[in-house]
Amino acid sequence: MDASSHDILLVGGGGAGLRAAIAAAEVDPKLNIAVISKVYPMRSHTVSAEGGAAGVVKPDDSLDEHAYDTISGGDWLCDQDAVEAFVKEAPQELLQLERWGCPWSREPDGHIAVRAFGGMKKRRTWFAADKTGFHMLHTLFQTTLKYDPIVRYDEWFVTKLLVDDGRVQGVVAIELMSGKIQAITAKAVILCTGGCGRVFPFTTNANIKNGDGMALASRAGAPLKDMEFMQYHPTGLPFTGILITEAARSEGGYMLNKDGYRYLQDYNLGTPQSTPVLRSMELGPRDRLSQAFVKEDQKGRTIPTPYGSVVHLDLRHLGEKVINTKLPFVRELCLKYQNIDPIKELIPVRPVVHYMMGGVSTDITGATPLAGLFAAGEVACVSINGANRLGSNSLPECLVFGARAGRAAAAFAAEQKAPDHKILAQASDEKDRLETQFLRKSGGRERIATIREEMQKTVEQSAGIYREEKSLAEGAGKLRELQERYHDINLDDRSRTFNTELEAALELGFMLDVAESIVQCALHRTESRGAHQRTDFAARNDQKFLAHSLHYRNPDGSSRVEYLPVKITRWAPGERVYGEPAEKPREDSPAVPIRRAS
Amino acid sequence: MADKITLEIPRYSPERDTEPRFEAFEVPVHKEWVVLDALNYIKDKVDGSLTYRWSCRMGICGSCGMMVNGEPKLSCATFLSSYAHNGNKVRVEPLRYFPVVRDLVTELSDFLHKLKAVKPWLIRQQEPPLSEGEFLQTPEQLENYKQFSMCINCTLCYAACPVVGLDPVFVGPAAIALAQRYNKDSRDQGAEERIAVLAHPEGIWGCTFVGECTRVCPKHVDPAGAIQEYKLKAALHWLKSFVTPMGRTTKDVRHEAGND
Repeated sequence: MDASSHDILLVGGGGAGLRAAIAAAEVDPKLNIAVISKVYPMRSHTVSAEGGAAGVVKPDDSLDEHAYDTISGGDWLCDQDAVEAFVKEAPQELLQLERWGCPWSREPDGHIAVRAFGGMKKRRTWFAADKTGFHMLHTLFQTTLKYDPIVRYDEWFVTKLLVDDGRVQGVVAIELMSGKIQAITAKAVILCTGGCGRVFPFTTNANIKNGDGMALASRAGAPLKDMEFMQYHPTGLPFTGILITEAARSEGGYMLNKDGYRYLQDYNLGTPQSTPVLRSMELGPRDRLSQAFVKEDQKGRTIPTPYGSVVHLDLRHLGEKVINTKLPFVRELCLKYQNIDPIKELIPVRPVVHYMMGGVSTDITGATPLAGLFAAGEVACVSINGANRLGSNSLPECLVFGARAGRAAAAFAAEQKAPDHKILAQASDEKDRLETQFLRKSGGRERIATIREEMQKTVEQSAGIYREEKSLAEGAGKLRELQERYHDINLDDRSRTFNTELEAALELGFMLDVAESIVQCALHRTESRGAHQRTDFAARNDQKFLAHSLHYRNPDGSSRVEYLPVKITRWAPGERVYGEPAEKPREDSPAVPIRRAS
Repeated sequence: MADKITLEIPRYSPERDTEPRFEAFEVPVHKEWVVLDALNYIKDKVDGSLTYRWSCRMGICGSCGMMVNGEPKLSCATFLSSYAHNGNKVRVEPLRYFPVVRDLVTELSDFLHKLKAVKPWLIRQQEPPLSEGEFLQTPEQLENYKQFSMCINCTLCYAACPVVGLDPVFVGPAAIALAQRYNKDSRDQGAEERIAVLAHPEGIWGCTFVGECTRVCPKHVDPAGAIQEYKLKAALHWLKSFVTPMGRTTKDVRHEAGND
């Protein structure tokens, strides 16, 4: 079978992947670097990020304040050494992007402008109007074009990681255009495939967000970390799930219930003011706002629609000028997809699945416990996001940890011999699997879409904003049934050329694995923390669960969950307070002793 | 609004067909549905082999461009109900002027090649260290190039451009707009290098100012305006070249543009 070989292979061409590729190329221009992606890089989901990217840049701000907001926002599940590295390097990375041409919004004097964001006590969010991810991705993509050592495999779909001798040595991938199945070997592989929102029925995530990298790593033996922490963004448009950025609230938007009342004041998030107050009310963290919606809905104070209950986001008082200059994409999306004009009308919104805090477990260099495998961006869990990510931390995370993973992979690759040719036998087995299970299979009664819809419904019902043991256990059972039925799927399409149905079948396989890890981690964590709220265990339990879940797939297909203590450097766990002056970071508090969960 | 509509789609697979043949699919019409929702309905419920690209469903990733009743459109941003009156049929075809890979999927490698050819990155003579901070750029300077930075590479403008249809080596609207995005950026110093790529017959001179590119752009970029600005600049550059020879041959330029 065909094979090609590189020093470093990036799987995924979004913000993290492209940043990693450039970082590796700058370590050593002689490195042979390849970016493989199932879509052209500029289609990657980074493109959809709207609001901004946090990095301390103004004189009234400090790295410690960014770290504290991030750690308290994450309900003390963040690894503090990772957060400290992150806040330190974020401004440099954002500045580097400026040097590469990113059209950041500016102050009148020409300096970078920053805006407020949810859960952040200071204004530190850099933005390019409300298309920040779009501009970052295109800047990165266009910049990679000048690096000759970076080659691309556009529209290739990775089906398996090749592991030999305890080390990842490449991938098997399908070239969509031709249907060719090929081994692509490398001394180091970096996963940058993004999140898994499509495991749920209602999500802001693009069709391509199927947890591919999480499932690939898990099947290769690497642990997934903190998969129970799925973030619901409080403001998605009903039906489409299109995101209305948090920047709409940073600029001063109000959240209103059916009576036009700013209901967040009833949920321990502060008192309403006419202008936005940082870390308060509409600028509270996403987990708390989404949970407040559910409570408000239970009280019958939301507005029913055919696509679920909604509340209103009111931007009318901001006026046409602010909306057109600071939130032009919000207006465009409302006009085009909801047929309303936010200058004159209320925007209907409801919580929508948005971001996976968990992912492939990595250290602060981006290395996973599996030699030769690195990960960065949403696919990874370092962890800087803990139990709840703050808005505008994910874009700089892609840059900081993308660059770190690129450098670490370059250093690792320098020490390795070229992959052994015997790895190709494994690749050949994978090719046979794809042929017999899908392309040449006869019979099969299940439709992909049917299993996918049942999976999405199951995950939402069992592991939604609020969870409990009974629904989680039922969900786990249903997912096992769907795994069985998955073996009986039938493809209408058996051709080689651009077979998107085969791709959808493989993505569904990945999603079923990821769904299982979400439900298992949620079942085992018998406490409530950040985005993981158990109605049967309503309190946070630091004695037992100041620890990351590690989900391992056993060779027999079953799984197990273990725990890894959170790394605490300077900020002892405290209460999350919003709407009041935040408690001062305790600069010199000693690290607290950690007890492992049994 | 009718409650059902028929989609006519040319089906083509190189393994099976010598030329496309139309198939018709009846789908329900919901008022929230866009053309892409109808395609997903067909793929999920009727024929899993229907082949097309899509991803974000919010008009920003640029994947799902198609001809809808002869007009280049993003299928995720085109409501199905707009077509639910006219005989209840809508024809959905691959973007015009591109080679077809299969069904609604077009071949994009030539477009990617053209994007790269215009050197779409910030070119600087000197790069000060990061410790010196950001390049200052006022909101007015940002505004000067901003609309050209909004291109999502959806290629609708190529499908709308009669010159692309006649002359496949024409660099085309989106790539020229992207060159202009950097030329007009106050931080950039690479306009001279880019003009060497574009100031030849297949660069900008092919454009006949039909303006269709600007009309169909879903992001309100004005490639026609970019080309016009560029032509003026290139003409001045050409005059100047009699005084200072460029030191490059047409062959070099064609090579850089990837057109040899």
